[in-house]
Amino acid sequence: MILPGDGLDALVALLIGEGRAVYGPVARDGAVVLDRIESPGALARGWTIEAGPGRYRAHPGGDAVFDHVIGPTPWKRFLHPPRETLYRMTRTAEGIAVTAPADEATPTPMAFLGVRPCDLAALAALDRAMTGGPHADPRYARRRAATLLIAVNCRVAAETCFCASMGTGPAAEAGYDLVLSELGRGDGTRFLIAAGSPQGAAVMAALPDLRPATDEDAAEARAGSGSAAAAQVRRVKPEGLPPRLRAAAEHPHWDAVAARCLNCTNCTMVCPTCFCTSVEEVSDLAGTGFERRQRWDSCFTTDFSHVHGGSVRPSARSRYRQWLTHKLGTWPEQFGGDLGCTGCGRCIAWCPVGIDLTEELAILTEPAP
Amino acid sequence: MKIEGLDHILGQHRLFRDLDPDFLRLVAGCAANRVFPPGTRLARHGEPMSHIYLVRAGHVAAEIAAPGRGRLRILTVGPDEVLGLSWLVPPFKWGTDAETVDEVRAVEIDADCLRRKCEADPAIGYAVLKRFMTPIVERLHATRLQMLDVYGPRR
Amino acid sequence: MALAADPAARPGAADPMRPEVARVTRRRPDGPDVVTLWLDWPGWKGSAPGQFNMMGLPGLGEVPISVSGGTGTPGRVMQTIRAVGPVSRALAALEADEALTIRGPYGRPWPVAGRQGKPVLIVAGGLGLAPLRPVIRHFARHRAEHPSVDLVIGARSPADLFFHDEYEDWREAGLSVALTVDHAPPGWPGRVGVVTPLIRTEGPVAAFLCGPEIMMRVSAERLTGHGADAGDIHVSLERNMQCGVGLCGHCQLGPVLLCRDGPVLDWAAARPLMRIEEL
Repeated sequence: MILPGDGLDALVALLIGEGRAVYGPVARDGAVVLDRIESPGALARGWTIEAGPGRYRAHPGGDAVFDHVIGPTPWKRFLHPPRETLYRMTRTAEGIAVTAPADEATPTPMAFLGVRPCDLAALAALDRAMTGGPHADPRYARRRAATLLIAVNCRVAAETCFCASMGTGPAAEAGYDLVLSELGRGDGTRFLIAAGSPQGAAVMAALPDLRPATDEDAAEARAGSGSAAAAQVRRVKPEGLPPRLRAAAEHPHWDAVAARCLNCTNCTMVCPTCFCTSVEEVSDLAGTGFERRQRWDSCFTTDFSHVHGGSVRPSARSRYRQWLTHKLGTWPEQFGGDLGCTGCGRCIAWCPVGIDLTEELAILTEPAP
Repeated sequence: MKIEGLDHILGQHRLFRDLDPDFLRLVAGCAANRVFPPGTRLARHGEPMSHIYLVRAGHVAAEIAAPGRGRLRILTVGPDEVLGLSWLVPPFKWGTDAETVDEVRAVEIDADCLRRKCEADPAIGYAVLKRFMTPIVERLHATRLQMLDVYGPRR
Repeated sequence: MALAADPAARPGAADPMRPEVARVTRRRPDGPDVVTLWLDWPGWKGSAPGQFNMMGLPGLGEVPISVSGGTGTPGRVMQTIRAVGPVSRALAALEADEALTIRGPYGRPWPVAGRQGKPVLIVAGGLGLAPLRPVIRHFARHRAEHPSVDLVIGARSPADLFFHDEYEDWREAGLSVALTVDHAPPGWPGRVGVVTPLIRTEGPVAAFLCGPEIMMRVSAERLTGHGADAGDIHVSLERNMQCGVGLCGHCQLGPVLLCRDGPVLDWAAARPLMRIEEL
């Protein structure tokens, strides 16, 4: 079906009307970030971006709604927040009382509007890590179960994108509730819309002004995805990466990457699948009330692997190897399914020294000189 | 104990297990079967190393006396192990003190006698030396491990 | 698109991070920096040998501690702690009647079942004796099913040896118990030296090793050199653990999440991972 250009307003209004917190791309501080939107007007319409190793610029003034491809925010932020209180403890005469945070049981239903195909694959990878094992993260699972995913297929690519070679984009194949393809420009803007779940179909059924799509609409959507794939200058050969990286454990090139890496943890913060956390203790001033809080952590810190006596990964070489190997090597063994890298390219753009994982991977999986 | 019996006993010790029977007889010619009560001093640091002990039962403690620190026990040599690894290295002196901890049954080998036989016949010399390499290397590895002080945090 | 099956809706899918509260019933110093605590924990249902609990104190944090006893006694558990960091020091200082937070048991246990007919070797180095205590007691109970059960205990000094009052019970049950220390004061009647020379088995053996990684490595290499199958040698590894349930990512060792897939691994799996420095 075809949703007219202003139909997006109706979609957002409908979702907010359902009581959902709607998250989507908004322009802020010179970037297109993901955040909660209270009205359809908040979307970053007309913004485009350019990205490269260590570089990202967003420009206003265009005539498209969703051509800003990728920004620094990973969707994990809303499902697996950077900080959250796990539980509270109080010292009582009887000992210790443990209580859950008040807001825990029923999370606000959410809708993510504008989920790129690479990020859809990232959410699938995150689902496997956070809920696929013997113990699921109940906070993630509850939020995730209450979230509607509205994907947007890409018709342009950033210079940092490599989803086409990873097989995750630029068109979404599954995993969404609704999927949009932006067609036309300016006044001619309209969206090809399809449902991927009963929940998505129910939302679609409530939208006004839908009209059947023509063969030309479908062809334009295909052409858009085709040109976004063709525009990608970076690629990774995902076939057989786990054994190839296993064999590269002692490759001398890790030292070369480590010499450039600042261990700043940016890549792990912007990565849509990095999920590692630490637990920290917070006490009130009286020393009777306590919280255990979970916060994002990064394998790029020495503390991350601390055991009594010291860090297991004291060298930058071993920490970069841990990160890259986890994303592209050991993820399927740990959680099943596909790799933990989906080709979004955020780690390339937000690396302050411009380390390009596709380039490093190509060298590391070649035989050592 | 007859010499014919000793080669059999020697062949049961881990050091010489499956050694050529002719060689075993030659080594047995330098050996005596001994029993030592607890507290017997078998070696004194710096003194000529006249005997090698192939321990069959019981334990011998290798110790070094350090002024102000008393006697430091470095190693215990137990069943199937060897006391006296430096018998082939001039100046043929003991590197530690050694005293039996409990009753020790051992084959005592005359070091001079064994050296002469090894010098006289390089074939037996090589066979014996090769057998001694195992405890020497094992002791080296064990010493390294002991130096690392692996059990928990440093105090 | 929603999750295929809502894991939060699964039966028993309680929050794995939320602890219960236990109370110390007895405290016994077990060496210069080791303490054994007996806990009254109404929620404790028992565990398999080799599993661990996350023990914690409000304001300080949580640490993984192997269960050293009480695997089969619901409501009561025994934990042996070495005071090495802020949390373990505070836990080790707990006195009778004091409370702590606790959750578990987690991790894959020592595979003690199905070993009938094989000789058994247990090598414990330092605090490694604590997680092995349930294994030792298992084989003491099932001594008749094995041609031999040998226990080798290594420690830094005689003062660092613990669970002494049980050695005699284990010997009486038919186990051979050998002790060795790295350093001993004059008068120590036992052995001085590392554990490896005391590993005397030849051929197939079911081996359970716990202690410093270097000690487990040399012991396992010695065993495979003497004909043991790598799949029959089991080691227990230690890494940073924050959640204990495979969600925080800290305890990764290559493809292994040690809290979920370990801490007990067989040597066939552990060896290639332990060979890579800083993995």
